[in-house]
Amino acid sequence: MSRFGTTLCLGALLLGAGPLGAQQAPDSAARSQQRMLDSLATALRVLQTRLDSALDARRTEAPVVPVATAPGRAPGTYMNVSFVGLTAAGLSTARDLDRLQLGDHDPRARGFTIPNAELALDGAVDPYFKGFVNLVHKLDQESETVVELEEVYVLTTSLPANLQLKIGQFFAEFGRHNAQHPHSWAFADDAMMLGRIFGADGLRGQGARVSWLLPTPMFAEASFTVLNSAGETTTSFRSLESGTIHEGIPVDREVRGLREMLYVPRFSTSFDLTASQTLVLGASGAFGPNNTGPDARTRIEGVDLFWKWKSPRARAGFPFVTFQSEVLTRRYDAASRIAARDSVTVLPAAVLKDVGGYAQVQWGIRPLLVAAVRAEVAQNDDPAAAAFTATEREDRNRYSTNLTWFPTEFSKVRVQYNFDRRAVMGNDSSLWFQFEFLLGSHAAHKF
Amino acid sequence: MTFRTPLTLLCGVALLTAATAPPRTLNVVATTPDLAVLAKAVGGDAVDVKALAKPTEDPHFVDAKPSHILTLNRADVLIDGGAELELGWLPALLESARNTRIAAGAPGRVSAAQGVKLIEVPTSFDRSRGDVHGLGNPHFLLDPVNARLIAANIAQHLSAVDPDRAADYRANLKAFLTVLDAKQTEWQTALAPFANAKIVTYHRDFVYLAERFKLDVIATLEPKPGIAPSPAHLAEVISAMKAQQVRVILVQTFQNRRTAETVARQTNGVVLDLSQQPGALPGTDTYVTMMDSIVRTLVKALAETR
Repeated sequence: MSRFGTTLCLGALLLGAGPLGAQQAPDSAARSQQRMLDSLATALRVLQTRLDSALDARRTEAPVVPVATAPGRAPGTYMNVSFVGLTAAGLSTARDLDRLQLGDHDPRARGFTIPNAELALDGAVDPYFKGFVNLVHKLDQESETVVELEEVYVLTTSLPANLQLKIGQFFAEFGRHNAQHPHSWAFADDAMMLGRIFGADGLRGQGARVSWLLPTPMFAEASFTVLNSAGETTTSFRSLESGTIHEGIPVDREVRGLREMLYVPRFSTSFDLTASQTLVLGASGAFGPNNTGPDARTRIEGVDLFWKWKSPRARAGFPFVTFQSEVLTRRYDAASRIAARDSVTVLPAAVLKDVGGYAQVQWGIRPLLVAAVRAEVAQNDDPAAAAFTATEREDRNRYSTNLTWFPTEFSKVRVQYNFDRRAVMGNDSSLWFQFEFLLGSHAAHKF
Repeated sequence: MTFRTPLTLLCGVALLTAATAPPRTLNVVATTPDLAVLAKAVGGDAVDVKALAKPTEDPHFVDAKPSHILTLNRADVLIDGGAELELGWLPALLESARNTRIAAGAPGRVSAAQGVKLIEVPTSFDRSRGDVHGLGNPHFLLDPVNARLIAANIAQHLSAVDPDRAADYRANLKAFLTVLDAKQTEWQTALAPFANAKIVTYHRDFVYLAERFKLDVIATLEPKPGIAPSPAHLAEVISAMKAQQVRVILVQTFQNRRTAETVARQTNGVVLDLSQQPGALPGTDTYVTMMDSIVRTLVKALAETR
C-alpha cells in the first residue's frame, strides 16, 4: 500500500477513535479532535505536494525533445520582416533647405514630408550566410516618390580564425554614424560633416568587407572594405556630383585597376571602464580616386569616440548618458580641370582640405524620454590663393538640441531645434518634428 | 650522444605534460544570472560561468556592448532563454561573435525554453496588446519544475560538449535535484496555507510562480506587457485591490517602486522587493537561496496582510 493510502487509513482510524476520548472530557476532547484534524490536513497537504513533485519529476526526467516549430510562430517564417515609417514636419528661416539639411533622410521641406520609409528583411540564408536587405522609399522635396536599394548583402557566419566577410551593397564601416540607419540616429538629421564629405546618402557602395576579431584581452576589431569608387553614394570619389566639391566638370575615369577602387580600413576597440560604463574608440580611413583627373585621389581620415553610462538598475534601459564624437579630415587632390560654370575656364590643380566633426550628448532621463544636445563644425582649410571655395564647403557651425519621447519601443516622437551659422549664408533657425513607427520584427539594437 | 636525445626528451616531457594537464575549464555564458547559477550548479568547478545581464537590470534591455561580443566569441557553451526575452540584444551580439560552437542547433547552445511548457502563448500577433512575446511568457524560471528541466537540459549539453566529465555533470545534477526536490516540498508547504491568495505584480513576470504555488495574480501595474502604468489603469487596479481585499504588490529591483508605493498607500498594501535574478538582493546568490528569499518574503507578507 502506498504511503498516501497508509496515511488515509491511519487518519480514518484516528477519526474513528475520536469519540471514545471525547466521553472523558468534552472540551479537551473537542480541542484534541481539532488538533488531530489540523495535523491530518497538514499531512494531506504535504502528501499532495509530494505527489505533485513526483509527477513533475517524472515529466522532467522524460527526454528533452527539441521544439520543432516554436509555439505561436507560424511555421515557414524564414526571415524577419520589419518596416520603419518616418514622418517629418517643420519650419526653417533658411530658404536653401537642400543645402542646409545635407542628409537624404533629413527633414528638408517646410511643412510635412516622408523622408524615410524602410522595408528591412533579414534571416539565415543557410548555415553559412545571413542575408540583409533594406529597401527605402521616400518623398523628395517635390513630393515625388523615390525608391532606392539601400543595402543588400550577405554576411558569413562560419569563417575560421574569427574572420567575417560581407559581400553586396552596404554602408561602409567608417566611424559610428555612417553605418547607422536614420531610425538609430540621436538627431533628426545627418551629421553635418558626414553629409559634407560623404554626401546625402552616406558612404556606401558595392563591394566586400573582411573583418577580424583580434585575439586580444579587450575587444578589438579590424576591418577592411573594398568598394566601387563610382556612384552617387561616393561623393568624394568618382561621383558625378563631385563638382560640388571642386566646381569643375568631372572627367570620365574608368576602372583600370586596383587604383580605381575605394578602400576603407577601420580599427575599433572597447573597454568596460566600470560595470556601468563602456568606452568605444575607433579610427577609420577612406582612400580612393576622384574624377578631377586620371590620377587624382582623395584621402579621408577619421577618429571616433563613444562613451556610455547606464544605471546598474536600469529599467527599460533607462537612465543612461552617452557621449559621442567624430572628427574627420578630407584631403581632396583636385587636378587641373574645366570649370563647370562656363565650361571654358581652366581651374588650376589644388589641394582642397576640409576638417570638422561633431560632439553630442544624450541623456535618457527616465524610461522612454531622452534629451540631447549636439555641436558641429565644418571648415575648409584651403590656401589663401585658392581659386574658389565651393558654397558646399563654406565654414559652418550648427548647434542642435532635441527631446525624444518613445511611447513604446515601437514608436517615437521628436522635436528638435537647430541653429546654423554659415560663413556665406548667415544664421538660420529651424524647428523639426518627427514621428516614427516600427512594424514587424523586433530589431536587435547594436551598441 | 646525438642531438636527437634532448629532442626526444623534450617531446616526451611535452607529451607527459599534455597527458597530465588538468582538463580545460569550459567557458559557459548565460544570458541572464538565473540561467548562470543553474549552469554553475550542474557544471561545478569544471565550468567558468558568466552572465551577460546584470542581476539588477531589466533583462529585456541589455546593451549589446563589445565586451559581450568578446565573451560570446570565446564561449564553449551559451545558455539563452529561448523565448525571445533577449530578442532586443542577443541577435546583434551573436552576429558579431562569429562563434559556431554556440550557433543555434550546436551542442554548445542550450535553449532553456526547450521542453518547458510556456504559458500565455499568444494566438495572434498584435502589438496593440503590448509587447507580447511571440513564443509565450519568458519568465519561466520561478517555477522550480522548470528549473529542474533546464538543469537537466544543461547537463545534457555540457556532457555533449565535454564527454570526459559527463559523469561529474550527472552527479552534480543529481545532487542539485535532490536539494531542489526537498526545497520544492518545503516551499509548497510554506505557501500551502495561502492557496489562492491574491496578489498584484508590476509586470507579468511572476505568473509561473503563481501557477506553481497556487497564487492568484489579479492585476499588473502595467496595463499591458511593456506599457508604462497610466493613472487610469492604476485607478482600476486600486479599485480591484480594494474590492478583493488584496494588499500585496510584487516589484523587481529595476521596476518602478514609486508607482507600486502609490498604489500601496491607497490600498493599505505592502510592496515586496523581489528579484528573479540571483544576486540582485543580498543572500540570493544561488537558485535555491533566491527562491528561499522569495517564498519567505511572500509568506511573511501574506500572513501579515490576511
